[in-house]
Amino acid sequence: MKRTMIPLGPYHPLLEEAEFFQLYVEGETVVDMDLRIGYQHRAIEKLSENLHFDQVTFLVERICGICSTSHPIAYVQALEDIAGVEPPERAKYIRSIVGELERIHSHLLWFGLAGHFIGYNTVFMWAWKYREPVLDIFERITGNRNHYAVMKPGGVRRDIHPDDVPELLRMLDELEPKVKMFVDVALDDPVLHARLKGVGVLTREDAIRYCALGPTARPSGVAIDVRKDHPYAAYDKVDWDIVVMEEGDVFAKAAVRLLEILESIKIVRGCLEKMPEGPIDAGLEEVPPGEGIGHHEAPRGEVFHYVRSDGGNSPVRHKVRAPSYMNIPTFKATCIGQSVADVALITASVDPCYCCTERMMVVRDGKGRTMGWNELVRLSKEKTERIKRELGMEEPNWDLPEVSFRRGER
Amino acid sequence: MSIFTKALKRSIWVYHVAASPCNNCDIEILDLLTPRFDVERFGILLVGSPRHADALLVTGYINRHVAPRVVEVYRQTPKPCVVFAVGTCACSMGIFAKSYNAAGPLDELIRSVDPEALIVYVPGCPPKPEAIISAVVKAISAL
Repeated sequence: MKRTMIPLGPYHPLLEEAEFFQLYVEGETVVDMDLRIGYQHRAIEKLSENLHFDQVTFLVERICGICSTSHPIAYVQALEDIAGVEPPERAKYIRSIVGELERIHSHLLWFGLAGHFIGYNTVFMWAWKYREPVLDIFERITGNRNHYAVMKPGGVRRDIHPDDVPELLRMLDELEPKVKMFVDVALDDPVLHARLKGVGVLTREDAIRYCALGPTARPSGVAIDVRKDHPYAAYDKVDWDIVVMEEGDVFAKAAVRLLEILESIKIVRGCLEKMPEGPIDAGLEEVPPGEGIGHHEAPRGEVFHYVRSDGGNSPVRHKVRAPSYMNIPTFKATCIGQSVADVALITASVDPCYCCTERMMVVRDGKGRTMGWNELVRLSKEKTERIKRELGMEEPNWDLPEVSFRRGER
Repeated sequence: MSIFTKALKRSIWVYHVAASPCNNCDIEILDLLTPRFDVERFGILLVGSPRHADALLVTGYINRHVAPRVVEVYRQTPKPCVVFAVGTCACSMGIFAKSYNAAGPLDELIRSVDPEALIVYVPGCPPKPEAIISAVVKAISAL
């Protein structure tokens, strides 16, 4: 069969990192895949060499807006590693609380987008609706909905006010049944089973071979989690479990993320219960010469920061490794052999926040045909519909109308 | 008021151009579509192509890789159109102003191809969804 190349990308104007894929397809089946990254380069490592140590905390926050507390946690831990300073107990608990609230909002965001990709816009709207109270709590305890600016070398910048604690607990109490409803309804749905099970399987061997991290590795049976393997902040002081599944398919990835929200709620509750009174800042004023590392389990996997100092005011070298960098190459293992209709879903399942309205081009016998991300999402939705028909589920079309195609129909 | 401006002021359809953002403004823009804010009730709609759009929501700072693409998107948008610089990075390049990969501020880039361009600044890191709605309302009433 004739082999066709489909360029996908290079930049996805909606969410996270920009990547450029070249899909090689034979008919509907993906036979090979090439990957290029490096778009959206903002020179953060170089910029941080010209900023004061304290300023870099706010720079690394702007690496990613969705996991915007993960990078600062890893960075301040690297500085504490150099200086040999231990943050106060209360600061450690606050770090864990903010980190876990962020995981809750990030996983809900992902679940909503995943629902959108397979044509379940109701899931998209629900998940994002339930995400709003989390952002409200963030605004209350940190002052901003997204960039929290809570971390500080040697501690945290803001204490959690006692008045905010009941509010936070009330939000968790309201959120928990809704997440459980998602677990019950979404994961017992026969269409979702038929649509997601066995799609884009990442085997345990491949997960290890590609060094996958976080919720990309854990559904494949690799129990890797920095919070357990190398405890920091308050993660060794409260009771929680790693969520691991064996299947490695998209369904398992969705399930792991949903169940992790419940674990995060457990961690936040445990932290609020055990959080001691006391100072929140150990006062790290000067960073001595030396090198240090810090890491944090971001919603997408382990974030790693390396900082070298020569005793001055700025890092001499600052290296950042984000989890998606490790997770994106697993597409090579998961996409090959799958149909083009599933590619949108599989790439989204890794949560590089793949949400692309950039167009892609199918070049066949020299004649070009342009397809957009919408086209891919449409293919994915059509497959869901087909499965529904096969299952004998002819239901009324309760989905919201597809936003992007409206004008064409008029 | 020309008929084009009158038509523009009806329901504004926006195209989202992510130059090189940190996703934060982007998820706030997506937030606008979801039940809490639901801007569709005002006729504001996110569309999949700049050719359908009345307004561009540009997020992130402009790096050298993205600059020609942003100009291309602006060229494809039917005029008159409004460019919203959403977030501090798009307004003034913010924390990335000294980056070696920076191509310059968004307004200079757009004005270099169209000196008459309408640019609305929505500062904030990220701007709250209310601020983005307010910016759209102000832009419409100023036309």
